[in-house]
Amino acid sequence: MKQIYFDNQSNTKIDENVFKAMKPYFLDYYGNPQSIYSLGSVSKNAVEEARKQVATLINIKPEEIIFTSCATESNNLALKGIADAYKKSGKHIIVSAIEHISILNAARRLEKDGFEITYLPVDKEGNIFEEELKKSLKNDTILVSIQTANPEVGTIQNIKKLVSIVKSQSKALFHTDAVSACGTIPIDAADFGVDALTFSASVMYGPKGAAALYLKKGVKITPQIEGGVQENSKRSGTENVAAIAGFAKACEIAKSEMVKNAEKMRNLRDKLISELPKKIPYIYLNGSKKNRLPGNINFSIEFVEGEALFLLLDAKGIMAASGSACANKNLKISHVLTAMNVDVAVGQGSILFTLSKYNSEEEIDYLIEEFPPVVQKLRDMSPLYSHFLKTGSRMKAGPGTDYDDNDHEHCDICDEK
Amino acid sequence: MAFYSEKVMDHFANPRNVGEIKDADGIGEVGNPICGDMMTFYIKVKDNILEDVKFKTFGCGAAIAVSSMVAEMAKGKTLDEAMQLTNAQVAEALGGLPPNKMHCSNLGAAALHKAIENYKSKGK
Ligand code: FES
Repeated sequence: MKQIYFDNQSNTKIDENVFKAMKPYFLDYYGNPQSIYSLGSVSKNAVEEARKQVATLINIKPEEIIFTSCATESNNLALKGIADAYKKSGKHIIVSAIEHISILNAARRLEKDGFEITYLPVDKEGNIFEEELKKSLKNDTILVSIQTANPEVGTIQNIKKLVSIVKSQSKALFHTDAVSACGTIPIDAADFGVDALTFSASVMYGPKGAAALYLKKGVKITPQIEGGVQENSKRSGTENVAAIAGFAKACEIAKSEMVKNAEKMRNLRDKLISELPKKIPYIYLNGSKKNRLPGNINFSIEFVEGEALFLLLDAKGIMAASGSACANKNLKISHVLTAMNVDVAVGQGSILFTLSKYNSEEEIDYLIEEFPPVVQKLRDMSPLYSHFLKTGSRMKAGPGTDYDDNDHEHCDICDEK
Repeated sequence: MAFYSEKVMDHFANPRNVGEIKDADGIGEVGNPICGDMMTFYIKVKDNILEDVKFKTFGCGAAIAVSSMVAEMAKGKTLDEAMQLTNAQVAEALGGLPPNKMHCSNLGAAALHKAIENYKSKGK
């Protein structure tokens, strides 16, 4: 059966050249970079060469790179590490409501530890309200964290502008989670003017197990992992040399291919965005149409539910994702769609396709062919749809619209709460 | 292991008894307070027996599979027997459900029971 991977926001296939670059560090050069005999030096050199390569991608200095294990770790280090290092100057932190869960949960932890957190709202396309940002800045704001682009709805923020707002009005530092943007669109951290930036190998054709935090020279941070002297004692733990070497190769490839790849993905994306609505009525694009990641397509499809959509697609060899409540482990509709004020019933039908450089036009055509019947099949069994066809009006649906309170008395999920 | 059992996937991808019954004797509609999905059951009763059962469902793979299974299990049963049908039995017949999907199984039996109550309330 065909296997078409349209879930590249969660993970990309590794580039073969990346894999080749990693291989020697498993089998031949297995020394610990902290050992000073020759085998260790080879590893040490690999890490330091990688640091240069990775720094080059976002136009900063190698010594400003801290290698970590994943984006979640980088985000945790940035938020908690900066909060701790600057808590004497203030206890107020601003994050956007559509940040990755690693930022939001780190923020919640800080809230428990006595910090004050402002969650910045977004408009219906997922753009930060600049006025709201201006209003929330205070004397004791120490950190603002706003992602460069949202992996779920694809909206790209104007980080340079947001940084200038923050810098002109406060002393706060600025961190951006650039995971879904780095390696896909050109990112210049120096030009952005940010103080910290998270990016990761695993969504740019690199391996899982390597990510980085850019920390501008002079910015203080409290390590979140205590141990030895690795990463200038800012992130202890034996370096994952092979993954770091792979990360470097992925950055090198991104640097040379990014513009070309983005162009290709943009064309495929736009084809899908213009063709699907011609074949499927009551379908709405989520996110910004203009400032959008090249590979991101997120639609809400009314009267159907997202998990059912992607399961039927999976049966046709197409892999996609959804922000619906049923598709989420916590049974809540995605916080991104919620923050964008998408109607809960409509958001239940969210379906997310994220492209990579490996996707082809044939695959897009196959999806355009196969997807509408899947939608129709589910609509044919949807009570919301038949009600709509009969009456022309929309039935209320969504969490909280309980038709009979007594019907879920033995529900283990409700009991848990 | 796959997220759903083979049985669930089969009933989800090829649901039995989907549809509406135009002159239904009873209709039961239940909304899911947790994730917001919905199920409607239609029944046709003859001599105290469920002659036909059909459903429409807006929900996840588990919810659709549960509806299909409930309809299949209920068909041909007496009203009293059908009222005894529990969500646990439905989940078991489907070869189990992932823990966070157990709540979907509540909907099926509930909607069926509601349809039966609706029929009874008409005083036939
Ligand atoms: S119907 Fe929503 S999780 Fe099953």
